[in-house]
Amino acid sequence: MEYLSIFFQYAGQYLKTRLTYRADMVVEIFSDFLFQAVNLVFILVVFGHTTLLAGWSKDEMIFIYGFFLVPFAIFSSFFNIWDFTDRYIVKGEMDRILTRPVHSLFQIVLERMELESLFGAVTGLIVMFYAGGKLGLEISWYDPFIFLLLVIGGALVYAGIFISLATIGFWSDSRTDIMPMMYNIGNYGRYPVDIYNKIIKYVLTWILPFAFVGVYPASYFLERKEWYTYAFLTPVVGLVFFMIAVTLWNVGVTKYRGAGN
Amino acid sequence: MGKYIEMIRIRFLMMLAYRTNYYSGILIYSINIGAYYFLWSAIYGGKENIQGLSITQMTTYIAVAWMARAFYFNNIDREIAMEIKEGKVAIEMVRPYPYLNMKMMQGLGEGIFRLLFFSVPGMVIVALVFPVELSANAGTWIYFFISIGFSFIINTQINLLAGIATFFLFNNDGLIRAKRVVIDLFSGLILPLSFYPMWAQNIMSYLPFQGISYIPSMIFTEGFKGSQVFEALINQAVWSAILIIPVYVLWILAKRQLVVQGG
Repeated sequence: MEYLSIFFQYAGQYLKTRLTYRADMVVEIFSDFLFQAVNLVFILVVFGHTTLLAGWSKDEMIFIYGFFLVPFAIFSSFFNIWDFTDRYIVKGEMDRILTRPVHSLFQIVLERMELESLFGAVTGLIVMFYAGGKLGLEISWYDPFIFLLLVIGGALVYAGIFISLATIGFWSDSRTDIMPMMYNIGNYGRYPVDIYNKIIKYVLTWILPFAFVGVYPASYFLERKEWYTYAFLTPVVGLVFFMIAVTLWNVGVTKYRGAGN
Repeated sequence: MGKYIEMIRIRFLMMLAYRTNYYSGILIYSINIGAYYFLWSAIYGGKENIQGLSITQMTTYIAVAWMARAFYFNNIDREIAMEIKEGKVAIEMVRPYPYLNMKMMQGLGEGIFRLLFFSVPGMVIVALVFPVELSANAGTWIYFFISIGFSFIINTQINLLAGIATFFLFNNDGLIRAKRVVIDLFSGLILPLSFYPMWAQNIMSYLPFQGISYIPSMIFTEGFKGSQVFEALINQAVWSAILIIPVYVLWILAKRQLVVQGG
């Protein structure tokens, strides 16, 4: 309960600081839209040269992309820890975090939230409704609940992977360029995994399970029955990876020895 | 000249201190290129070629585009923005060398480091695993290296513009991100420009972005033939020269605009 009230207080402060630089915020939201458009453009251009991608049509691919945007928006609003090592370990900021009364990971989530990224979820929903309409998909009364469950699962998968990577910083404080590339790899979960060879399919399912943020959960709504098992595994995989990440974090914090100032 | 070489050297050595991490980066890059390869195989789905590029050429294109990116890519726009926000830029501006040139040289030091320790070993690994075609023609390699030199200049000039914009906007993370998206899309990094519909290609041919990724990658894959190569290189050279103007104009305006808050 206390965490919840702290969260809303931080969110309020955050909005105030953001509204100070309004011009920048507008540009940032706009650049987010552009970012989402890039991938859409990729799909559209590619389907200008082919009609089916491993048996999936253009609208299905667009739908998967729309679904992906929703958990990704939640992830990028609250888990901006891609520069954790630079920002907190190298500069010694972690010292300050550890003196705070809430869990250190929660404190970082609070400090680094970027609420404007949530607009991405709106784009995602629009894209899904557009593609779903063209595909003639029907919505049952329980679909919104399943949608919510799968979205949370997907966001946890993303959070789990990126938190785990950030914890490397506790053991080694040197710079890595892994994080930005990881965002790229995350994109491959949006394509039907059967196009990849076994190794990459395995990696995307069980090691860096980005497929659970895109094609697997989306296939439930696309009524691709052969993927249903994977679709319903999404929340489980999300929870497992998130718990691994938190455990790694808790162990890592004990290894933290301060740096900088 | 000597001082610039020294700047390049120092940045190079700074990067060298962190080199072990780059080996993990190579692995990630390889996975990235691998996934792209399978994605494109599925897109080709048995077709011989699309827009004049065979699947092998396409794989080579993707591989070289990403490896070349390691050379021309830098974060000097963020660095400039940071120095302006923290007020450090005032100190930098009284130093006995032009600030922008120094930033460019630092970027070059970083680029050379990544080219040697990242792109070259990365390309070797990728060439072993995936059907990448490396040209045996010495000319192709020479033109390619000239071309990525221009890529670096054009990309850096655009980064300088985005960085200097901080003087006017104070906080320009949004602009920097928007710039990145535009470059990803219009430079030909994720898709060769010849895949776009005609009207889009026409617009892009008037923009400098194709000089960043599309031109060097097409030269490398030998998608450009004969006079096309020279036309492409001239296009890059012209843009490298033209972009000097906005950089300097903006810089002169920015110096008048300078507000240092603390520092």
